[in-house]
Amino acid sequence: MKIAVCIKQVPTREWQPRLNADKTWIREQDVSYEMNEPDAYALEESLRLREKHGGEVVVCSAGPTRVQQVIREALARGADRAIHVEDAALGAADAYAAAAALAPAMAEEQFDLILTGLQSDDQGHAQFGPVLATRLNVPHSTIIMEVLVDGQSLRVKRELEGGWFQHIAMPLPALLTIQSGINQLRYATLKGIMAAKKKEIKKVATPGAVASRQKVLALYAPTKSKQTTMIGGSPAEAAKELVKRLREEARVL
Amino acid sequence: MILVVAEQHDGKLNRASLEAIAGAQELLTAAGASAGPITVVVAGNGASRVAGDLAAADVGGVLTADADGLSDYTPDAWVQAIRQVIDQTSPQYVIFPHTYQTRDYAPALAATIDRALITDVIGVKQVGGAAAFSRPMFQGKLTADVAPVGDAPFLITFQIGAFRADAMKRGASAAAVSQANVTIDAAAIRQKPEAPFQEAKQAVDLSQAERIVAVGRGIKTQENIPIAEKLAKAFGAELAASRPICDNGWLPMERQIGSSGQTVAPKLYVALGISGAIQHLVGMKGARIIVAINKDAEAPIFEVADYGIQGDIFEIAPALVAELEKS
Repeated sequence: MKIAVCIKQVPTREWQPRLNADKTWIREQDVSYEMNEPDAYALEESLRLREKHGGEVVVCSAGPTRVQQVIREALARGADRAIHVEDAALGAADAYAAAAALAPAMAEEQFDLILTGLQSDDQGHAQFGPVLATRLNVPHSTIIMEVLVDGQSLRVKRELEGGWFQHIAMPLPALLTIQSGINQLRYATLKGIMAAKKKEIKKVATPGAVASRQKVLALYAPTKSKQTTMIGGSPAEAAKELVKRLREEARVL
Repeated sequence: MILVVAEQHDGKLNRASLEAIAGAQELLTAAGASAGPITVVVAGNGASRVAGDLAAADVGGVLTADADGLSDYTPDAWVQAIRQVIDQTSPQYVIFPHTYQTRDYAPALAATIDRALITDVIGVKQVGGAAAFSRPMFQGKLTADVAPVGDAPFLITFQIGAFRADAMKRGASAAAVSQANVTIDAAAIRQKPEAPFQEAKQAVDLSQAERIVAVGRGIKTQENIPIAEKLAKAFGAELAASRPICDNGWLPMERQIGSSGQTVAPKLYVALGISGAIQHLVGMKGARIIVAINKDAEAPIFEVADYGIQGDIFEIAPALVAELEKS
């Protein structure tokens, strides 16, 4: 089975946001990056499917030169090769533009199954998967917690809200967006890191100018919905003050 | 006009639909009356059974879209149905609640008709004479005001809880209900859905808990979970968790709070080492009093907290246990 996994490079969880001069994007020189977490689960699932059914796992990523960091990491974890659609403008592009950038190169490969995370931890559009599926004219399903492949058919467990699930069958080729927690992640071994150095990363230019479907007019710290009383002091002092306030002011104890 | 796409399952209205109508009413204020009126469409076999609830809103009309092929939700069928309604009504905006179902098909719909889709919107404002949409980015660390690019209609999803269903303006009399003319090409539906099910019986009903202590990534390892357990016991609270804790198997899935877990509204909610990603916030921001304890002063959880302590949870949790056990 020929499996593609689409991964995105996003700022680390520890990153503290700082804005550029015109306050429409982040100051990229301050950012350290990592693999988008839901994509890491999609990668793990693709590796497990390959172990079970054979074939290959191809990492596909759209972004500036810097995204090679997460492509290398995916190769070190066990992916076979990679396609990097490279363009500096893809760094701040939306899901629509990323799907447009990747679609031609991915269509050429004729993948049996395409996996990606359900959303990105940076822009969080939760659109890339279904948009790419539409461009490639393959069926899709989202927020998947189990993937079963049997010949040319696919049966998945889709998460619904509030602890409900649903099984859905569809033909291959297909695209699935993977929910975090579907599996337990593996990490790269030293052997994997060494092997990754020899694996192919095919660089592809974007098929046309990168054009997002939305424009960021302003970026700012969120406005508070509540007046928060911050309690300071040593841990013991803060604990005492908080308990006092919960008893006497909020009356919830 | 503004088209609001409501959601129903088996003739039961998803309450987020009313929030979407409330949001559309706010959009009408920001975009100007010429953007109106609001029409609500609801698709599927149970559509006619929820039309009455929707017609109570202050809207121009309600459309039901029902046809062979719409008995069970599939993204392929819903893209077909809503696309036809858009073609017939030529809206300026198409508004959806940001549910799992919307997330499943709205991006495919937007790609099919080649129009902008702005998701997870928490507010509407006017910038330079046009409507702009506020949405969280970077795990809620920042908010962005964004404008759609390209031609109308612009597709917008409103985050659950961003607008209040009880703030929805009701009409003086019921809006007219009519049937939209949709036909579904059943052969083009590629997904075959089965009946929804619940995994494990929900032994723990956190929605009834008066007090909840919830633990997040800040707890670092499974070995540290007892620290949170002790704090919950000292508060007389149920122990809950954010998604990553349950994904790791450190606590059972049935104790998960958030969009994929339980929604709670206790008297007291103590968030221990939880950053406050939106998927978590939607499950708990209805709590009466929220306490956040986190080492990161910028964590989004502080935006919804009534009381906050910035510091090391491994020092503060035991100090709180000691304080609570004093009396």
